Amino acid sequence: MTTSTGEAVEFWLLATVAVLGALGTVAMRKAVHSALSLAGTMIVLAVFYLANGAYFLGVVQIVVYTGAIMMLFLFVVMVVGITAADSLRETIRGQRWLAALVGLGFGVLLIAGLGNASVHAFTGLGQANSGGNVEGLAKLIFTTYVWAFEITGALLITAAVGAMVLTHRERTERAATQRELAERRVREGAQVPPLPAPGVYARHNAVDIPGLLPDGTPAELSVNKTLRSRGQIRDVSGEALEDLKALEQRAEDHAEGKGTEGAANSGAGSGGRGAPSGGTGAEPPNNSATPANGAAR
Amino acid sequence: MNPINYLYLSALLFTIGGAGVLFRRNAIIVFMCVELMLNACNLAFVTFARLHGNLDGQIFAFFTMVVAAAEVVVGLAIIVTFFRSRHSASVDDASLMKL
Repeated sequence: MTTSTGEAVEFWLLATVAVLGALGTVAMRKAVHSALSLAGTMIVLAVFYLANGAYFLGVVQIVVYTGAIMMLFLFVVMVVGITAADSLRETIRGQRWLAALVGLGFGVLLIAGLGNASVHAFTGLGQANSGGNVEGLAKLIFTTYVWAFEITGALLITAAVGAMVLTHRERTERAATQRELAERRVREGAQVPPLPAPGVYARHNAVDIPGLLPDGTPAELSVNKTLRSRGQIRDVSGEALEDLKALEQRAEDHAEGKGTEGAANSGAGSGGRGAPSGGTGAEPPNNSATPANGAAR
Repeated sequence: MNPINYLYLSALLFTIGGAGVLFRRNAIIVFMCVELMLNACNLAFVTFARLHGNLDGQIFAFFTMVVAAAEVVVGLAIIVTFFRSRHSASVDDASLMKL
């Protein structure tokens, strides 16, 4: 049986597409582009199967290969992401030339071997497909190849279990509830109340500024652990301590200035000293203290 | 058209796939090239079935597809596991057992 001209035209057109797709799979820099090129090659191969009388395989090729396997590839590409490994730079010296040499030699061997074969015409599947392609395949699968077919079932189950074992991570213990977490905190004597907020008693309210303790030192707990490990904490406690010192100095000056005048200085002094520990609240007394100071002078 | 053209195409695709396995270092692309080689074999099987006028070649191609599906599932699971532990999909990084 000879092939028709239509089939020849179809072959030369689609074979070009298939080879381009295969080259694209190898040469494309990004894995997604490689996967799409491969999907194109597989669709072309499905058309060739149909043209060769393998109607069942042609449909299975599209459903299983381009539908399932290539989608699986794309999912994994999305999970794994585009890494630096995509670069085409060679890491082993001379590997590219050797690979090209081996590939070329292998191809020449294969094609030379095929060139020696004397193939002139197809026998054709007209007789084999006379009862329908699927029926013919089914007859063979369930008679001659029934043992291989059953082994295939075992193989598929093994593959499914293997994939689950490889990718699934079992949570071996129950996640602790909020109550259990709270009880554990109390038992261990760790930080029982909520962590202090950042910026409290400081000059600013930003999350990267530690809250100040009443004595003016920064509270480590009040800043996010991530910011602390990154070293992105702005420590303004020095400023605050200086402000506090200056305020106390002024308060003392004020008290000394008043000390010559009357006994009311002790009340003013304690008032001036109590205000700075209020942090942000220290500003108004500070401002009001300055004119008082000036007035005293 | 001589039927051997299908076999030439199959050999060419197989060679390109094999060269791709040698060229590329991204494990996923290496895996795609293996798939390409399997597909090239399937094309040869289907062509042989038509050459000889029986369906045995198509049965072989069918079994190849089943085995390829199982292989892809397990292989991609291995790649994902490897990526989780190494944060890389490069075949160069899988050198823990190298002397």
